Amino acid sequence: MGTLTLYMQYIVNGLTLGSIYSLIALGYTMVYGILKFINFAHGDILMVGAFIGLLIYNGLTGGEAADPGAWTLLSFFIAMIASMAFCALLGMVIERVAYKPLRNANRLAPLLSAIGVSFILSNGAAWIFGTQSRRFPYPFENEPIHIGSITVTPHQIVIVVVSVVMMFLLTFFVNRTRMGKAMRAASLDQATSQLMGINVNRVISLTFAIGSALAAVGGILASFDFRVYPSMGTMTGLKAFVAAVIGGIGNIQGAMLGGVLLGILEAVGAPLLHIPNGMKDTVAFAVLIVVLLVKPEGILGKNEREKV
Amino acid sequence: MRILETEHLTREFGGVIAVNDVDFHVEKGLVTGLIGPNGAGKTTLFNQITGLDKPTSGSIIFDGKDITGLPAWKISRLGIARTFQNIRLYKELTVVENVMMGLHFRVGQDPFHHRFTQALKSYLFASKENREVYRHAMEWLDFFELGEHAQDFAGSLPYGKQRELEIARALASEPKLLFLDEPAAGMNPAETAHLMDVVRKIRSLGVTVVLIEHDMKLVMNICDNITVLNFGMKIAEGTPNEIKHDKDVIEAYLGREEEE
Repeated sequence: MGTLTLYMQYIVNGLTLGSIYSLIALGYTMVYGILKFINFAHGDILMVGAFIGLLIYNGLTGGEAADPGAWTLLSFFIAMIASMAFCALLGMVIERVAYKPLRNANRLAPLLSAIGVSFILSNGAAWIFGTQSRRFPYPFENEPIHIGSITVTPHQIVIVVVSVVMMFLLTFFVNRTRMGKAMRAASLDQATSQLMGINVNRVISLTFAIGSALAAVGGILASFDFRVYPSMGTMTGLKAFVAAVIGGIGNIQGAMLGGVLLGILEAVGAPLLHIPNGMKDTVAFAVLIVVLLVKPEGILGKNEREKV
Repeated sequence: MRILETEHLTREFGGVIAVNDVDFHVEKGLVTGLIGPNGAGKTTLFNQITGLDKPTSGSIIFDGKDITGLPAWKISRLGIARTFQNIRLYKELTVVENVMMGLHFRVGQDPFHHRFTQALKSYLFASKENREVYRHAMEWLDFFELGEHAQDFAGSLPYGKQRELEIARALASEPKLLFLDEPAAGMNPAETAHLMDVVRKIRSLGVTVVLIEHDMKLVMNICDNITVLNFGMKIAEGTPNEIKHDKDVIEAYLGREEEE
């Protein structure tokens, strides 16, 4: 294989990984856009989403033993939608219990509360499901497809297609519906929006619900490549957060762009710089440092100066 | 007819009683002034009525309905709009977009209580709805003679025009009752004169107006009724002429004359 085709292959792999980062980054960025707060429990919600999805999928099909076919594919989508609903509810409950009472507190308080929620979720999962990692079986024949000298597997196609559909739906919702409009208004100025007749509490609940549902999808898609285990959300969540910062935190298009960009940089950067496999994660954080130094507001973020 | 009535309204902050047992009422269709020295509790009273803060005790009746302690967004939907002492516009949005914001969520249009068919309609015809709201917003801007600034960023307008834009946005939600918190603060005499015309125009639309103001010329000129607060308590109410000659009011503003 020539060097060029090899890098083409890396880019394809990076695109797959990146679209998962994008889905998860959206949750960070939407919550930040409205509450100016980083929900550090977001990564653990994607883990819960993966576990719930796996349980439902195994319950419907019998798990590993099932032969891939129409039923397994249908079950996969049922499991995904059910997991989205569960995580949406979980996200709203977490907001109501752990963040809402602290809304007028010191900015550090909800952040610490989020870290607490993160521990509760990951340790709770370890308690309930055990600490061993599980495989998410492919719900379809995963025979690689060769396009020229590049290899694409069906699961990669599913990841990209599902991600694109989700992002399209979100964009539509935010830009075209009245609820989306209320959301954008609340992110500009909460108090003023209240006086325009917008129920800001409801908007915040909705934001958490949507972000968490997208995280559930991200978690399920990620578990094809990374397996399912209680601490799976930590690193993936952290990288999605980096993606949100790269794109410009608070900006929805930025999160999508940042995720894809980070995925590609990771997949291409590691082999290009001869970084050993165990240290691959350094790429994402090196990129973060560079972005924070050069363009701290992110690629699509607005340059907001703190007012005195 | 009274459109708004507070009964024994009280708000305590720790040991400070900012609003103390106030019975405040507003006659429908008139302009009511709320005056008093700094710290008299005027803005606190506004905040209680518009739902930004909850009273310690007492009740607020608006249009025959008890609205005590309701959240701000609900009160806004019932038809009470307000402006602030320090201007609160969406500064990153254009002038016309600010007014559109006031229109989008106006009385009775709860985005979360749409039936499915209505929701579907708002998905499918979003651009048509936007065009209508835009047209409507432009009408409001023309009413306030702000039409030429429609595409400017709200934050870039001169101070007096920002205040008028805030009033335009509040009015676009078609409220029954409009609260203006120190609308003339920081305005030059020409802007103040224009503001008086604006308030008269609003009154002619049939909207009831309550305003807090320190500019006595403006208050005496445009108010039908005036209520005076001092140290959280109502000390007088009446027509501008009655207030001008009220002993307690003169004392509150100028202090008591030392008796020799």
